[in-house]
Amino acid sequence: MGKTLFDKVWDAHVVRELDGGRTVLYIDRHYIHEVTSPVAFLGLKNRGLKVARPAQTTATADHNVPTVDQHLPIADAQSREQLEALSTNCRANDIECFALGHPKQGVVHIVGPELGFTQPGMTIVCGDSHTSTHGAFGAVAFGIGTSEVEMVFASQCILQPKPKKMRIAVDGKLGAGVTSKDVILYIISQISASGGTGHFIEFAGSAICAMTMEERMTVCNMAIECGARGGMIAPDQTTFDYLQGRENVPQGEAFDRAVEQWRTLFTDPDATFDIEYRFDAPAIEPMITYGTNPGMGVAVTGAIPTGEGLTGSDRTSFDKALEYMGFHGGEKMIGKKVDYVFLGSCTNGRIEDFRLFASLVKGRRKAEGVTAWLVPGSKDVEAQARAEGLDKTLEQAGFVLRQPGCSACLAMNADKIPAGKYSVSTSNRNFEGRQGPGARTMLAGVPMAAAAAITGRIEDPRKVFEL
Amino acid sequence: MPIPKFTTLRCGTVPVKIENIDTDQIIPARFLKAVERKGFGDNLFRDWRYDAQGAPIEAFPLNDKRYKGEILVASKNFGCGSSREHAAWAIYDYGFKVVVSSFFADIFKNNALNNGLLPVQVSEEFLAAIFKELERDRAAQLEVDLGRQTIAIVSTGEKCSFEIDSYKKQCLTNGYDDVDYLVSLRPEIDSYEAAH
Repeated sequence: MGKTLFDKVWDAHVVRELDGGRTVLYIDRHYIHEVTSPVAFLGLKNRGLKVARPAQTTATADHNVPTVDQHLPIADAQSREQLEALSTNCRANDIECFALGHPKQGVVHIVGPELGFTQPGMTIVCGDSHTSTHGAFGAVAFGIGTSEVEMVFASQCILQPKPKKMRIAVDGKLGAGVTSKDVILYIISQISASGGTGHFIEFAGSAICAMTMEERMTVCNMAIECGARGGMIAPDQTTFDYLQGRENVPQGEAFDRAVEQWRTLFTDPDATFDIEYRFDAPAIEPMITYGTNPGMGVAVTGAIPTGEGLTGSDRTSFDKALEYMGFHGGEKMIGKKVDYVFLGSCTNGRIEDFRLFASLVKGRRKAEGVTAWLVPGSKDVEAQARAEGLDKTLEQAGFVLRQPGCSACLAMNADKIPAGKYSVSTSNRNFEGRQGPGARTMLAGVPMAAAAAITGRIEDPRKVFEL
Repeated sequence: MPIPKFTTLRCGTVPVKIENIDTDQIIPARFLKAVERKGFGDNLFRDWRYDAQGAPIEAFPLNDKRYKGEILVASKNFGCGSSREHAAWAIYDYGFKVVVSSFFADIFKNNALNNGLLPVQVSEEFLAAIFKELERDRAAQLEVDLGRQTIAIVSTGEKCSFEIDSYKKQCLTNGYDDVDYLVSLRPEIDSYEAAH
């Protein structure tokens, strides 16, 4: 029987299978950041060990960093200490570290692909659930805990049960003004925030194949938001074109040989999945979330569900979510007030996102009363945006380009949405308090964020920008 | 370095009857700035447990003195979201040894097992039976037997079996540690590297 794309990559990295279903899995690339690594470094030190394969480990400062005045000392002592610990630990273990101020610093899931560390057929882990992002290149990439970070430090391997397999095909052409973010929000709204648990997803179909690498990364990034272990997409010419010439990618003849091997990474026609879904791309509209998990999303033209038919803890949880958001079942999303707009994160903090946002707000003005945080995903994205003059376009429209970091996606730094305020966010999670205690998050794609920034309300971006 | 051992446990519980409890609720991101593993239990369920002024919210079960015990019981899809192991640390540090739910998120389940915190996945019906018994008697006890892979409501005798892979069961029963095990495989890992 044929193999799936996932099987091909996973099976090539099995060092040993244990009784009871766990695999000793070899890891090609280990990304680390300041929040989930210090306890692992400490554990390693207490064992008298050093990092086994420092050359396969890449560190960047992202979760805690301020997004203004990065040249100044960090005001928050704890954040400063955690960032210093990352640099110190990396020095002690010969790990390349993109600390604050380094020209390659940025959000780990943006920096990795940008520098060509992420390649097809690899196994990639990081102490961060959005490691699924790297699956866009046909890699098996997933988030791990700090104990597992320590395992990879010590042995370059981890112990994992092999997940089940799911394929989600999206076929047809997406409508104007509909982005890959809308596709993944739509999928999660259909299969729920736990619908992928225990599975590794392969995204396929003509709508996925037509996406750029950055759009594919947005889709795979949020595979974890339906509970999946990860998401991946078979590499193709779009993938190879993106990779060619990037630092850390083989060059010349070595690149051609790599491509030849990468071309074998696809699901065989007779391979089977545990679950398969198929969705029609033209049916997908710009999406917005109304609740407190990413599965609670609707088309922007739609209304908040009434919760009719829900019972027991389903009903309690639904009511709790709407109460937190200050919404009522049956209300329309269009017209709802917006106080904050966040463009950025490992979901939508890439150059294409900034180009799109700038092109939409060009010649318009940010609404009075809206605070907009535009946070590039990396120094590279920031430099590129400035080189293309996007910063000028944004300034003319009343916006300011900030400095790279995770920022308001999880509000570990000073970028916190105040309690009770409404935010339209291009990030990945609308959990209670995610963007600051009491903050109310509505997840959306870049055009919806631009429309909210201009109008101060939830509006259909297709109407606002005549898309 | 051995992890804490687990064999059996019989005690009261604390029920949090909420679905999709994500790790941002278990431990909000602003409490992840430590560089050592200590004190996370103080901020377990921080924003549900305390109001903005830091006063305990009485209605939250962790603040209800009538619930006591080392078993946390929660509704389905427990531990979804962020991979932060701080969530498992916070629960363990607070004093829980077992989390019972009808469905766990994958990363959380792994993190719990790696810290001697036993995730016990039960049927929806059994979870409902636990909540029902707790409504009748807040001091109702549960009995967890890792060897037999069973969980029982002591007062009613209702029982449910749970799954755990045999490797992790061995680790918990004997306190084995994954890092020690992987380091012992060094020659095999070196051979794998040489062949690829």
